[in-house]
Order: sequence, then structure tokens, then C-alpha cells
Amino acid sequence: MTDSAISIKNVSKQFGDTVVLRDINLEVPRGQVSCLIGPSGSGKSTLLRCMAFLEEANAGTILIEGEPLGFVEGPNGRRKQTAAELRRTRSKIGMVFQQFNLWPHMTALGNVAASLRRVRKMSRKDAEEKAMAQLEKVDLAPRAHHYPSQLSGGQQQRVAIARALALDPTIMLFDEPTSALDPELTGEVLNVMRTLADEGMTMVVVTHEIGFAASVGNNVCFLDHGRLLFHDTPEKVFAAPRNPRLEQFLDTYLDRGAFLVQ
Amino acid sequence: MTWYLFQLLLQASLMTIFVSAISILAGLVFAVFLSAMRMSGNGWLYNGAGLFISFFRGVPLLVQLLLIFNLLPIIGITLPSLATAIIGLSLCTAAYQAENLRGGFEGVPIGLIESAEMAGFSRVQTFIYIRTPIALRLTFPALVNEAILILKSSSLVSVVGLVELTKMAQNLSASTYQPLPIFASAGLIYLVINLTVAFAARRAEDALPGLPAK
Repeated sequence: MTDSAISIKNVSKQFGDTVVLRDINLEVPRGQVSCLIGPSGSGKSTLLRCMAFLEEANAGTILIEGEPLGFVEGPNGRRKQTAAELRRTRSKIGMVFQQFNLWPHMTALGNVAASLRRVRKMSRKDAEEKAMAQLEKVDLAPRAHHYPSQLSGGQQQRVAIARALALDPTIMLFDEPTSALDPELTGEVLNVMRTLADEGMTMVVVTHEIGFAASVGNNVCFLDHGRLLFHDTPEKVFAAPRNPRLEQFLDTYLDRGAFLVQ
Repeated sequence: MTWYLFQLLLQASLMTIFVSAISILAGLVFAVFLSAMRMSGNGWLYNGAGLFISFFRGVPLLVQLLLIFNLLPIIGITLPSLATAIIGLSLCTAAYQAENLRGGFEGVPIGLIESAEMAGFSRVQTFIYIRTPIALRLTFPALVNEAILILKSSSLVSVVGLVELTKMAQNLSASTYQPLPIFASAGLIYLVINLTVAFAARRAEDALPGLPAK
């Protein structure tokens, strides 16, 4: 067991000739909120998707709670994990997507209960009881029998969080969880995430919500052009950015903040 | 044209409905299997499904029915005409429905499959619980269209000796010399059946919950 929930070593990724990630090294500490920020196309979503093996890194290793993800080292070099091995490593991870990705043919309750029934093989009654408890945690018990199309974006994202939490992951990955939401709905989703952080969940959050990263994040990673340029506490990153590229990126946010102050 | 003759036609139309309904459902199940074969990633299964679909879409249903009817006894299988009719119609509609379903399966957003993967679903579970139900909803209008086509195509199964609506109308017109009122009645019965199917489908479509966002 290492101290890190996720340990990323020398990870590189390219799509064809386009290099998306260049030699990334990152230790995600247990029980903390790590935020990945950076301009569009900087590779932050790709890095997060690599942590769930939704993208395959071309080089490097990723350990989840000390166990290899996607590839295992064998006597004859590395080989891809079998589907069952991958599922076992992934079972520690819950993932929340920008587009919510709720299954449209199931109710909110059905979405949360599905994996409990099919993967955990719980009885329908037990699965729905546990699913209901998860929905209560995100304040959506009254909407349990609504279909995703009958819910607002913010409600859908909260159901998606409940669905990911139902399988008791130790790590939660969020891929721009509020980017598809208007500011009002963003708030309700961020509140749920804040509660989760207070409970000590290990979280990795790709976000454009600099305010969230500053107030909830324990550490902030700044990516640009596939490189991890900066990795420090939010105080260091936001109060005294020492990197010109980071300063330039944050300036756009400061401009917006300055407008509000006037 | 008497009430008695009309009753005989109505009775025969029950056979039309029965044969068509069984064939459509069996064809749908078979079409899902064909889709699974095509998505399995196995070359043999993929090409097997492709060959099946090409054959049954490319050869007229009438010829298929006559082939099955004459081929099976040669290899030692004798089936009642009802079974022959259902097999012929099912295989044919399976090929068309598999093609419809392909569009549906391709329309399932990749994100929904990724979220199933992250929820721990195996490939087979994802196919059964996520891909197939969504693909079926996406292709529901095409499925209804196919159901109506099969209801009408079922008139061809008279060639294997099954007495359904069309065959009964032929028999009655031969024995009463009143082809016009009898075929007009048969046509009317087909029309009412198909309008009912279309109406019920429209209602069902409205009631089906949530499709993936356009």
C-alpha cells in the first residue's frame, strides 16, 4: 500500500500525431480533493479518463490504491488486464461525467439501483433501499421515480453522483461535472461535492470552477499543452502564481472577478 | 356476401394475427442475437450474421417460404404448415429487424456505455441492460413499420397450405363466385388490423419514457 490513492508515473498519451499528455507524474493523496485546471485542450479531461482507463495511456503506469490499472507487469513485459481484472480495479473508482450519462430508460432510482442489482447481485428490495438512501443523500428522494428526461440538469448530475456512490468507491472522479449547467444548477451540484469532500472522500475534479478549486480543493494541478506545469496548494496557485502561463490563464478569471467588484 | 361468410373471414384473420405476432416477436429476439453476433468482435460470428441478413433480405419471401416448405422434408423434417409459416416469416423479418436495430445500436451515446462500464457492468450485461433497451426504443417506429409489413406479407404463407385471411378469401370466392365483396371485406379487415396496430403504437410511443437526448 502506498500513501497515494492514485499514483501516476510517466504517463504519456497521444491521439495519432497529437500529443495530449507528456510525461505526467502525479500522486493523488488519499482523503483530499485534487483539482485539475487548465485551458481547453490542455489534456486535463484525458488525464482524468486515463485514471479510469476510459483512455489508454501509451506509456507509463497508473496505480489505484497501489494496484495497477489497465496493464499488469508480467514475466514477458506488460499485458492488458482481463475484463474481470479491470472491473476489480475500477470498482474502487466512481466516475461522474460532464453529460451526466444517466440511462434514459431507467428512473432515477433504477439508475442508482442497477449496478447494485446486476453487479453486486443484491435483491431488488435491498438494492432499491440502498439506492433510495443514496438519493436521500443528494436530496432527491422525492424525485426517485422520475426519468432523467423529467429532471433538471442539476438533478440529473446529483443522481449521477448518487449512482457512482452506490458502489462504495474510495475514489471519485469528476469530469467537468458542472460545465453543462447554468450557474444556479452549478451551485446545487457543487454543494453535494463539498459535502462529499467534508466526509473525507478522495476526489479528483476536472473543473473550470476556479472558486470551487480555491475553496474546496486541497491541491490544484495546472495543465497546459499536455504538461503538468504546476501542482501545489490552492493558496500557492491562486494567491501567488509564479508561472507566467498560469498567471495568464488566471487573469481571465480575475478580469471577471474585477468586474464584479466594481 | 353474408354475415356467415364475413364471420369465416374474421376467424381466418385470427390466424393472420397469430402467425404475424409470433413471427414479429420471434424475429425481434433473433434480430437482437444477430446484432450481438455483429458486435461480438468475432469475425466468424460477424460474417455469419452478415450472410444471414444478406440472404433473407435479398431473396423474395415467397421464394423463401417455398424453399423451406420443400427443403425441410428432404432432410427428414416434416413440420405442420403453421410451423413452416412461422419459421419463414420469422427468419425474414429477423433480417430486416437486425438492420433496423443496427441503426439503433449505433445511436446509443458512447457516454451511456462508459457509465455502464464504470458501474461495473460486463460487456454482456451492458448489452442486455443498457444497449438493447435503448436501441429498441430508438428503433420502435421502424419496428412498428416492420410489424405492419409482416401482417400484410403473412398473406403469402397460404402457399405452404396455411389457411389465413387471404387463403380463406380465395377459398370462399372460389366456392361462392363472389370475389369482389369477399376480397373487399378481406382488405377491410387487413386495414382495420393495421390501423389498430399503428394507433396502439403511437400511444405506446408517447408512454415510453425518456429517449437519449437528440
